[in-house]
Amino acid sequence: MARKKRGLQEINAGSMADIAFLLLIFFLVTTTMDVDTGIARKLPPIPEEEQETPPEIHARNIYVVLVNAGDNLLVEGEPMNINQLKEGAKKFINNNGANPTLSDNPEKAIISLQNDRGTSYKMYVRVQNELAAAYNEIRNEVALERFGDRYIDLNKSKQKEIRKEYPQKISEAEPKNIGS
Amino acid sequence: MSKFRNKDNKGTPAISTAALPDIVFMLLFFFMVTTVMRETTLFVEVMIPKATEIKKMEKKSLVSYIYVGPPVKRMQASFGSKPRIQLNDSFATLNEIQEFIASEREAKDEKEIPYMTTSIKSDESVKMGIITDIKQELRKANSLKINYSTRKGTY
Repeated sequence: MARKKRGLQEINAGSMADIAFLLLIFFLVTTTMDVDTGIARKLPPIPEEEQETPPEIHARNIYVVLVNAGDNLLVEGEPMNINQLKEGAKKFINNNGANPTLSDNPEKAIISLQNDRGTSYKMYVRVQNELAAAYNEIRNEVALERFGDRYIDLNKSKQKEIRKEYPQKISEAEPKNIGS
Repeated sequence: MSKFRNKDNKGTPAISTAALPDIVFMLLFFFMVTTVMRETTLFVEVMIPKATEIKKMEKKSLVSYIYVGPPVKRMQASFGSKPRIQLNDSFATLNEIQEFIASEREAKDEKEIPYMTTSIKSDESVKMGIITDIKQELRKANSLKINYSTRKGTY
């Protein structure tokens, strides 16, 4: 018996596109393409009970940055505008013993940051950002000078070398609670 | 010549749309794979601050989020307008943070625990007091890698 022509009819796939479109639009709407960005920091671990006395650090190697409840900056005992903080920090880190009030060398330089409980988060992030910018710029300058390339374009070992010479030491003291 | 054209008159043939589903499916699969569903509904208003020295966060699956900010408008009647902490899908208090970190850790592989990061998504207007308390709790929970969530932009 000859096979009937209508026996194996093709399934009408015309509406498949509609279904696919429907799903596509659903995923298009629910998708979030945003990448999370931020400033990474590491918290100090909680000190153990019997703590050895911390090593003495010469006052010249500490760059004291204070932020009060009114979002004002006091850097090394002097009021400062936030716009000058980056330059100030760079000068401090890159001093190499030239100015007796600033750091001996970048490896010893520590930035001490203390804020009030009333300081706004915006200001805090901005200060953190300026300090990070100071370090990044210095590392970049060194990278350009030594390897003729930007810091981020260097390979891991070269980055590590620069990082070791210019470690980012930002110490955060427990915040005060004045005027909040 | 008739007004109505003959059906089997050879005009321009219709464009074949047979390949359309294939193209759409391709796009569909792309979005299905790349999509990340919003896991939490935000109960707090978060306008993260701007910064220039930002880094992309890697390994999103290893990041736990802490949201801080004033409750959204519809919640303000019952929760007030003071900044609050949100963990997962509910408001939380400070002492719940340690528990939260512990539960986040439980869900991950043991090898991955040292790489876990806590991202603090906080509103610009929040005072540092609450952030400091959160940081203190994180220190107690020994979850030391943190990330202040910021968006790109200059001042």
